[in-house]
Amino acid sequence: MDQKKEEPLWEVFIRSRQGLEHKHAGSLHAADAQMAIENARDVYTRRMEGVSIWVVESKYIHATNPDEAESFFEPANDKIYRHPTFYDLPDELKYM
Amino acid sequence: MDSKPTNIDKSYLADYTLHLADSSLIMGHRLSEWTGHGPMIEQDIAISNIALDLIGQARNFYQYAAEIINLENTEKKITEDDLAYLRDTFEFKNFLITELPNGDWAQTIGKIFFFSTWQFYFYQKLIYSSDKQLSAIADKSLKEVTYHVKWSSDWVMRLGDGTDESRKRLVTAIEYLWPYTGEMFVPAEFESNNEDQVNVDVSSIKKDWHDKVSCVSAEATLALPTNTWMQSGGKKGIHTEHLGYILAEMQYLQRTYPGLEW
Repeated sequence: MDQKKEEPLWEVFIRSRQGLEHKHAGSLHAADAQMAIENARDVYTRRMEGVSIWVVESKYIHATNPDEAESFFEPANDKIYRHPTFYDLPDELKYM
Repeated sequence: MDSKPTNIDKSYLADYTLHLADSSLIMGHRLSEWTGHGPMIEQDIAISNIALDLIGQARNFYQYAAEIINLENTEKKITEDDLAYLRDTFEFKNFLITELPNGDWAQTIGKIFFFSTWQFYFYQKLIYSSDKQLSAIADKSLKEVTYHVKWSSDWVMRLGDGTDESRKRLVTAIEYLWPYTGEMFVPAEFESNNEDQVNVDVSSIKKDWHDKVSCVSAEATLALPTNTWMQSGGKKGIHTEHLGYILAEMQYLQRTYPGLEW
């Protein structure tokens, strides 16, 4: 019996003790959402990596097409004026 | 002499602690046999985690048992390793269910489910032990066991209410394991006296255990066996043929190279 064929792939997101956001940790196989969460707990949080887990079936992730990377991302390369680094800050303002 | 009752109590306490250590160690060792052989990498890791939790519990109990034994034992101090690696089958006090073979996945799930559910209700009571050390170990272990019960319950439902094949395998497993569940609720000699509130009256958790097991089985669309004759002997050192093989493998290194460390 080929279990991989029957069990869909899930993407796992973990929120660490310090972090506010869930970060992509990896993916795994599971039959349902409950099993995916338990598998994620056992695979990705066994060294105290997390305090919260999200899982989503991989088929629900929509991604950019690598072939379109040029038109998607390269136009931003020469727009450095979009970074907030062109202001003169008063001396009293520290730690910016 | 008034020191005599204390000595008896201490030997009871040592036996009681060893019994808890042995059950966790043998169960943990058995489950570790799945490492590298799980049906999927995710389940392989899950079951290895459970094995490690149980071996961690065993270490806590063995360390405490060694402490108690060493109170009377002035010439040569023993350690947790002596207790795990240098005792023979008749000295082991683990439940028989923990030494049974893993069988297929359904049989392993059944073993974890029955044993973890017992541990779950047992530790909830052991937390209130008058013995501070046992209480502390119970408190730490309960968190681990709560997850083991959840994990194995989910698998019981998944297999029982799954395919014809998975259901058939789980039914076979439960029939095989059921006669080994009885001794978990029968006090041994070392736990028959509870005037000092150290140990748990195991007969008192039978109903909770049975209710939980029935409830999960009903979810899994399974009926539990009724009025089956029960095996016993584990706590008295009378074991199945399987324990000898486990010890032969587990103790080989220390028996062959005494005192070996890495």
